[in-house]
This record gives sequence, structure tokens and C-alpha cells, in this order.
Amino acid sequence: MALLEVNNLEVRFGLRSGEVSALRDINFTLERGERLGIVGESGAGKSVLGFSILNLLSRPGYIAGGEILFEGRNLAAMSARELRSIRGNRISMIFQDPMMTLNPVLTIGQQMVECLRAHRKISQQDAKRIALQKLKQVYIPSPEKRFDQYPHELSGGMRQRIVIAIGLLMDPDIIIADEPTTALDVTIQAEIMDLMLELCERNNVALILITHDLGVVSQVTKQAMVMYAGRIIEQGPTREIINDAQHPYTQGLMNALPQMAIPGQRLNQIRGSMPPLQKIPAGCAFNPRCEYVMEVCRSQLPEFTSSGGCRVACHLVAKMKLEEAAAQRVEEAN
Amino acid sequence: MTEQVDILEARPSAWQRLRDSHLWHSFVTDRVAQLSLLVFVAFALMALLAPLLAPFNPYDPAQIDILNSELPPSWEEGGDPAFWLGTDAQGRDLWSTILYGTRISLTIGLCAVALQAALGIVIGLLAGYFGGRIDSLLMRFADVQLSFSTMMVAIVVLAVFQATFGTELYQRLAMLMLILVIGIAEWPQYARTIRASVLAEKRKEYVDAARVIGLRPARIMFRHILPNTLSPILVISTVQVANAIISEASLSFLGLGMPVSQPSLGSLISSGFEYIFSGAWWITVIPGGVLIALVLVMNLLGDWLRDVLNPKLYKG
Repeated sequence: MALLEVNNLEVRFGLRSGEVSALRDINFTLERGERLGIVGESGAGKSVLGFSILNLLSRPGYIAGGEILFEGRNLAAMSARELRSIRGNRISMIFQDPMMTLNPVLTIGQQMVECLRAHRKISQQDAKRIALQKLKQVYIPSPEKRFDQYPHELSGGMRQRIVIAIGLLMDPDIIIADEPTTALDVTIQAEIMDLMLELCERNNVALILITHDLGVVSQVTKQAMVMYAGRIIEQGPTREIINDAQHPYTQGLMNALPQMAIPGQRLNQIRGSMPPLQKIPAGCAFNPRCEYVMEVCRSQLPEFTSSGGCRVACHLVAKMKLEEAAAQRVEEAN
Repeated sequence: MTEQVDILEARPSAWQRLRDSHLWHSFVTDRVAQLSLLVFVAFALMALLAPLLAPFNPYDPAQIDILNSELPPSWEEGGDPAFWLGTDAQGRDLWSTILYGTRISLTIGLCAVALQAALGIVIGLLAGYFGGRIDSLLMRFADVQLSFSTMMVAIVVLAVFQATFGTELYQRLAMLMLILVIGIAEWPQYARTIRASVLAEKRKEYVDAARVIGLRPARIMFRHILPNTLSPILVISTVQVANAIISEASLSFLGLGMPVSQPSLGSLISSGFEYIFSGAWWITVIPGGVLIALVLVMNLLGDWLRDVLNPKLYKG
């Protein structure tokens, strides 16, 4: 049994202007110790996915269908009490901005001890001991001193380390990291990513890394999913996606990397922008921006096609695969 | 690593941190705030130490002599040096009565505000945190409560109580009744302010982070959100204490407050009012001055606190 299995997840937002689907047909599995990257532009639904895994969506968002099986138990249908025993305990989450995620009026120690004591019946001293140990694990210098300090007394990188330490407090099975390095300095980003990688490997923690940084995804994760307008459009082994992107959108993302541009020339970019959720076009959501758009793309939703180890939702890829197979058959016949 | 440890200086003590804070800096440079605090502390001490400071005990009938009634202050013609500020219509030493009256006024003010705050904080937190129907319901309650003026509610409740249970029982329970009535009548002030702050705080990521950790809603509300809304609470508290003291004084003036045997500043003013045209101005004017000074310094302190704690005026 997979550690986490998401089947046909659909998330909707009941807005005043009507219901919109924020996520549709989300399917993936995550094994113990596996690292999964979720990539996409802003607004693709990456963060909503992260929140819905913990069933933390607040109004007007709600899980409209599908199931989220954590060790076979459906998080989407759990009571608030059961969910609380899983949140922070078995699955924890790290957010983008460490300035915002730490409560400004509580000391680091108070926040850590509180988390420990919410899940385990332990004494203040024991909780402090565990907290200090975790602070050491994330290489916080002089943890005893930091323990009594307030978040504003620490630097951004230090704060994100503390957020990671809080995420690791209960030795969770899964960490969901929602753009954990976006708010940090470039030099600190690499440090924090290395630290997360090291800790996940050492403790055999599964990681769901939500990011728009393809470089980070390629370094850290084994599996990756590319999302567009609330759907997965390509998923499979990270290496294959990075080296041989099939979907025109993924290709566009790869081409947009600064490394892909010729020095002195403008950076490549994908024309247009992601449609708002209320105005997702019929057929393939990417069709208005796609260079290779065909007639069928405007009317019909593409099915997943297998390509190597990946699954790609694109009419063009499907067509090419069909042609390839036909050519192969002709060759075999000859 | 060790070098880094050496560079970090020792953690400053609480006193040191106060000395470095914006609050302290602003206080040191603000004469009005200093003077107000000084006067307020003086009043608080007077109230606290009333039994030690007062030359007479105004509650002890044995110490009161009706023959001493309406003596002017000692510096006026006909004054008695034993009664510094003169005596009231029943022969009580005015200075002692004012000390005890301040004590009653402050107690009622502080307790009523504590009650208001307790009610308002809980209701405001619930409304702001849960939102939706709970919010609408609680805030409509607040609207209804606000649409009756405090005075009207207090007058009706106290008058009905007096009529139903008799004056004697009322006189015994007067202080408790005043606290309850003023406390319950004014909770919407707190509830609304706190709800507004909670709505702003709720959207911040630390609240999501607390939910991710798996904390209960009550814990998130009281431990995570409430401390972040403390500065508006502090500011309205100072103003509300002043308001509660005024309310109590007004009710006492109307004869619905503290009984004559146990006068607050308000009932003292009221009792002197009957004699003001017979020339005994001091029974009304002196407690009135004390009341004005007390309320004024509290409002000034509140204004100062509001300026200091307003993040729009101070970015640091």
C-alpha cells in the first residue's frame, strides 16, 4: 500500500459568481521516503493541492470529490479530531514565508513545545529537550539561546530552519513544502534545500515539494508532476520530464529557464498567461497559448498518453505516438 | 560555530528590554504621558491606601458627628483644622470620604471593564474566527446591545431591581449590581474591536501554520490570535475604565448608584448638589474635581497608548 494515494481529487470554490473547479482529476501516489515535485505557474493549483492533502481548505474552497488515502485512511472524509491527530504529527507542512508562519508574539521555544504537547502527553522538560535536539538537527547555532528568542530576532534563513525544525518535530511521514525557499536569499536557498534533502533522506521522510523552480525539482525529486489550470498535464520520473519534456507547456517552461536563453538575447517565454479559473477554455486548457494547437485541442479534453515512464495529457503527443506505432507496424510488416 | 556563539551577546533582561523599547522611549519624551501616569498612580495609591491615609472612617457611624455637618474647608472662614477639605451634610470628613469614594469608583471601573473585556474578547474571538453564521448572530446581538444606550439599560435594570427587591437589599448589593450592569452593557465595544483584529490576523500564515500543526481552534484563538490583538484591547481598556467610572458616577448622581452610606465620587457629588445653593459648594466641587482629574488622566493615557501602539503611526 502506498503511503499516500490521491484518487480523482476534485476541489471546488463556491464563489459569488458561481462554482469553479480549482483542481480536477488529480491522481498520484507517494511511497515512503519518496520525493515528489509539483511544478507549475502561479495559479495552477499547486498550493491548493498542498492544502487539500491535509484537508485544510477553508471556505469557499472544499473537496468536491475523490479521495486522499493516507495509509489507506481517507483524509477527505475524516472528522476534525482525527485530522488534528494527523496534521503536524504524521504529515506536516512548511510554508513559503518564514516571516509569516511563525507567530510574532510567541518565542521559538513556546511554539515548538506547544506543537509537541498538542500531540504527545509529555512534560515541559521533555518537550524542550526534543525541541532543542531538532534545532540542532537543522544546524541552528546555540539552540538554547534561540529557544527563548522571538521570531523577529532571527534572520530569514534561520527562521526557515526553525520552521523546518517544527515540521520535523513529530518525526512525520510526509512533509509538504510549499515553495520553501521562494522568500529567501539565493545563497540561503541552496543551503535550505540541501538541509531539507539531507533531513528527508536521513529520517526516511516523504517530501512533496511545491515549487516553480525547475532547477530545484530536478536536484531534489525523483518524481514530478506538472500542473496547469488545476489539472496534471504531465507526470512521471523527474529526469525524463526535465530531459525530454513531452507536453508543449512543459517544454515552454524548460525553454523559459534563463540557462536556455542565448546570452544577449531576450529570455524565452510562453505567450499569454494562465486563464483564471472561471474562464478555462474548452478542450485542452493550454490551447490558446500552445504553438502546436490543433483543431481537436479546442474542443476535446486530452486523455493521458504514456510516453516512456511519463503520462502526458496532450493531443499532439497522442497523435505522434499513434503515428509512431503505425510506422512501426508498417516497418514490421515489411 | 564557536565563534558565532561568542559574538552573540547575553540575552538582555526584561528591564533592559523595556528600556530599549519604543514604548519606553515614547514615554520618556512625552511630558503629558508622564504627568498623567503620575497623577493616575497617585489616585491608585490613594484608593489603595485609603484606610491608612484617611483621618476618619466614613463608614463608621461612631466617628460621625452631625454637629460637624457642612463645615467649609479648613482654609475658609469657619473651617475646622481637623477637617482639611471640610465636611459633608452628614458631618463626614470630606477628605476621608473622597479617599474611600475614589476606591469605590476605581474598583467599579476596573471590575466592570474586566467583565466587559472577558465577555467581549470571547465573543469577538468566536465571531471573528469562525465567521459565517456564528459571526452574523453574535454581531447582531452586539448591534442590538449597542442600540440601547448604556445609561438607559442601567437605569431600567437598577430601577426595576430596586423596586422589586427593596432598597435595603439593593444597598447591600449596589457595587456588584453596578459592576454587572456596566460590564454587560458595554461588551460590544470590545467584541467589535477584537473581531476586526481577528479578521485581519486570521488571514496571516501563522494561523495556517498553527492549523497545520494540528492545534485545536480554542488554542489557536486564545494563544495565537489573542496576543496579536492585544494593543487595541489595551487602548480601549483605558478609555473604557474612564467611561465606566463616569457611568457609575452618573448613575450614583441619579440615585441609582452607590448608597449615601457608602458614597462613591458620584454619590458624593449628588449628595452635595442639594446644598450647593446654601453655599456649601465644596461637597460637590471637590469630589467633582477629583472625578474630572481621574477621568482626564485616564483618557490622556489612553490617547498616548493609542499613538504609541498604532502601527500606522509607528513603523519600527
